[in-house]
Amino acid sequence: MASFKTNRRDFLKMAATAGGGLFIGFQWFSCDSPKMKVLSNEEILASAKQFNAFLSITPEGDVVIYSPNPELGQNIKTSFPMVVAEELDADWERVRVVQANLDLDNFERQVTGGSGAMPHSWERLRRAGATAKYLLVSAAADQWDVSYDSLSTEKGQVVHAASGRKINYGELVNAASQLEAPEDVRLKDPKDFKIIGTPVKNVDNKAMFTGQALFGLDFYREGMVHAMIQRPPFGMKVKSFDDSEARNIKGVSDVIQFGENVAVVGTSTWPLMKAKKALNIAYEPISEEESTVNHDRIFRDLLDGDQAEIMRQDGNVDRAFQGAAQIVTSEYQCPFLSHSPMEPMNFFAHVKGDKVELVGPTQTPERARNEAAKLLGIEPENVSVEITRLGGGFGRRLRADFVVEAVELSRILNKPVKVTWSREDDMTGGAYRPAVRYRFQAALDASGNMIGYKLRGAGINAGNTTRQDNFPSGAVDNLLIESVEHKSHVTTNAWRAPITNFLAYAEQSFLDEVAEVAKKDPVKFRLDLLARAKTEPVGEIHYDIDRMKGVIELAAEKSEWGRDSLVKQGFSVYFSHRSYVAQVANVVMENNQPVLKKIIAATDCGIVVNPTGANHQVRGGIVDGMGHAMFGNLTFQNGSPKQKNFDTYRLIRMKEVPEIDVHYIDNGIDPTGLGEPALPPTGGAIANAIYNATGRRLRSQPFIEQKEFSDMEIKMERV
Amino acid sequence: MANFNLKINGRQFQVDVEEDTPLLWVLRDHLGLVGTKYSCGIAQCGACTVHINGEARNSCVTPVSSLESDEVITIEGLSEDGKHPVQQAWEEVDVAQCGYCQAGQIMTAAALLKSNSQPSMAEIEDAMNRNLCRCGTYHKIREAVALAAKK
Ligand code: FES
Ligand code: FES
Repeated sequence: MASFKTNRRDFLKMAATAGGGLFIGFQWFSCDSPKMKVLSNEEILASAKQFNAFLSITPEGDVVIYSPNPELGQNIKTSFPMVVAEELDADWERVRVVQANLDLDNFERQVTGGSGAMPHSWERLRRAGATAKYLLVSAAADQWDVSYDSLSTEKGQVVHAASGRKINYGELVNAASQLEAPEDVRLKDPKDFKIIGTPVKNVDNKAMFTGQALFGLDFYREGMVHAMIQRPPFGMKVKSFDDSEARNIKGVSDVIQFGENVAVVGTSTWPLMKAKKALNIAYEPISEEESTVNHDRIFRDLLDGDQAEIMRQDGNVDRAFQGAAQIVTSEYQCPFLSHSPMEPMNFFAHVKGDKVELVGPTQTPERARNEAAKLLGIEPENVSVEITRLGGGFGRRLRADFVVEAVELSRILNKPVKVTWSREDDMTGGAYRPAVRYRFQAALDASGNMIGYKLRGAGINAGNTTRQDNFPSGAVDNLLIESVEHKSHVTTNAWRAPITNFLAYAEQSFLDEVAEVAKKDPVKFRLDLLARAKTEPVGEIHYDIDRMKGVIELAAEKSEWGRDSLVKQGFSVYFSHRSYVAQVANVVMENNQPVLKKIIAATDCGIVVNPTGANHQVRGGIVDGMGHAMFGNLTFQNGSPKQKNFDTYRLIRMKEVPEIDVHYIDNGIDPTGLGEPALPPTGGAIANAIYNATGRRLRSQPFIEQKEFSDMEIKMERV
Repeated sequence: MANFNLKINGRQFQVDVEEDTPLLWVLRDHLGLVGTKYSCGIAQCGACTVHINGEARNSCVTPVSSLESDEVITIEGLSEDGKHPVQQAWEEVDVAQCGYCQAGQIMTAAALLKSNSQPSMAEIEDAMNRNLCRCGTYHKIREAVALAAKK
């Protein structure tokens, strides 16, 4: 057997093109055909004619589609090209997908966040495909001397039905690329879609399932050094440190302090992990201790104090509450949460004089670029950003902290540097879902109508803790929504479905509490409020009443709401990021323990581009919401989370995931986004079902740590 | 530092590393086999799963010095052409979201099917429960393992 000496030189060859490095999106099947020579993307692009920023076609008929937005599992790298290919009438088997670098001249909004990519780009993508198709058809019309309208297209060909002639797009590209692109172009009627709405497979499957380098952590550049960083606890700074032990570890070439960070540098990762533990760093406080005990006190002060800002006010709540027959009051609370994508933070930076090359997993390449430029005092145009595949993001990679420190180290060391965060660094290094506490109050009249509604939200670095214009605003005569924030050293950031990831649970639980006092069925209670908002709206309405009603009715129907007395159900509905999702949780009592058996979801996200991708987002969002509601908890002491890895920070596992039924509203409206909206309703549906099964109300997360359930175990189980 | 001879994916390699270096980092940093992923480093997530003598093991807690003539298979060596029944099932079911955990999931599933070619759903869940997927692809993983068992 041959013996291979370690040779890393050519692992992870990034395909280099004129435009910079690119990641390759493989077509699973095109690699399999024995007859077709598989060309590299460079070979293909070399002969291709570019029709627009998204699209090039070769004389052989291969279609290359650029995907500009970072891919972190939302399936954009597959679904964006599907939309372009649809309007082009491309043969999907001949489509190659290429991840674009940051390119502000050619693309807008190269961001993954806010469930906004598809809503933003839907029409642009369609136009990109349709414009190219128009040119190809025009070229065929010229060539055959027939009218444009006598031609049609199918699977990468222009067809002249009258004569039975067909011609491949490839044969038309040279002529077509000479023609002037039209200002306006006709788009398909959605009923004619052939690719959109079908379960097209993920374009990176082959690479992912055979272990090819795709992710930021896989990136390697000859001559680069590795670095890991010890960051300070929140509210602390470095007092002193002794790096002698760390420097003695073989494979460590440098220990560098920059700001409050101490970096260990070397040629591979493992020695750095050891060296980081061997750094004897003493810290001193710069503020009151960041601890869960102190945060608890702060929450009480904020909710009882008078600092809250009014976010929305309708009618006169004081009068409503004075005249109320009954008042319901309840508080809900959630802890800080870590994003914990499976791929920990990492980034590659190479500062070369006044230019910088960045490579890595970021949800916001433009921000990475701008912050790098700001740090170095150079023009943003001098920074290039290559976007790798992201091993999850959940909002954590919207920040650029992990980019900036790589840039800073590269400048100090004057070398290409890859900074890798250990799991412990990732979990203790900040930018969490903020901890929030809510106080709800409802005033009911003698016949059980909700005549007053108050919400005060208090958060730690949470910004506005409310969504003041969301339901039930607009359906209640007297309403007051307030928010108050405490500024802390604990860093926070958007976490999948920011704010609503917890607000929805709290609000939907509280509405059930009110419905019970009002002696109304929870579904009917919500529908009555919506009907009220429709006929006599109070103030401005910022949600679509009919779409919300649609998902409520679909979820009730599909879950057979209230029909089986042995199945205890919980309802929840929420509007976030332009889409609507209603969910029903089914809980059954077994040996006196509540067992979560099933979740039924009804979603209105407009046109479903890729049903597999959509199911992934709905199920994934529900699993995410369920797991974090059940288990997620970061508690602080001395400025650091006590939970530092997955042994103490519990994530949901396969055995804990019940059946999930997914249904969609088919209304033909343009896509409204789905990366986040399925998550918010989940916690409320589960809590409401558990209440109906046990009579015990879950008012804080994580559920498994609630005192009221110390004699009970909440189980989740596949049916 | 010491020299270690390793048998990986049917080939012989020699690396010069500290003896406590986990196999994971030898694969990733020294051999360029980056398909095996790092996520927790403490045997909690399964992202780093490889086969050692046919069994699923967490390479993040397997010191290189503990391997002698052991046969290591990584995701890159699971099949020559990406056509292992588990890989095929993963493609057919279109399992991945971000994809970061999936190499580890595939390796765990392949080891399960090697020792138990017709696992029940409960056995599938028992085996796969050691692998975390932060994106929540668990339903698809169940489906894909069951499909692979039929191949
Ligand atoms: S990285 Fe080895 S189990 Fe998580
Ligand atoms: S697919 Fe993203 S962690 Fe499993």
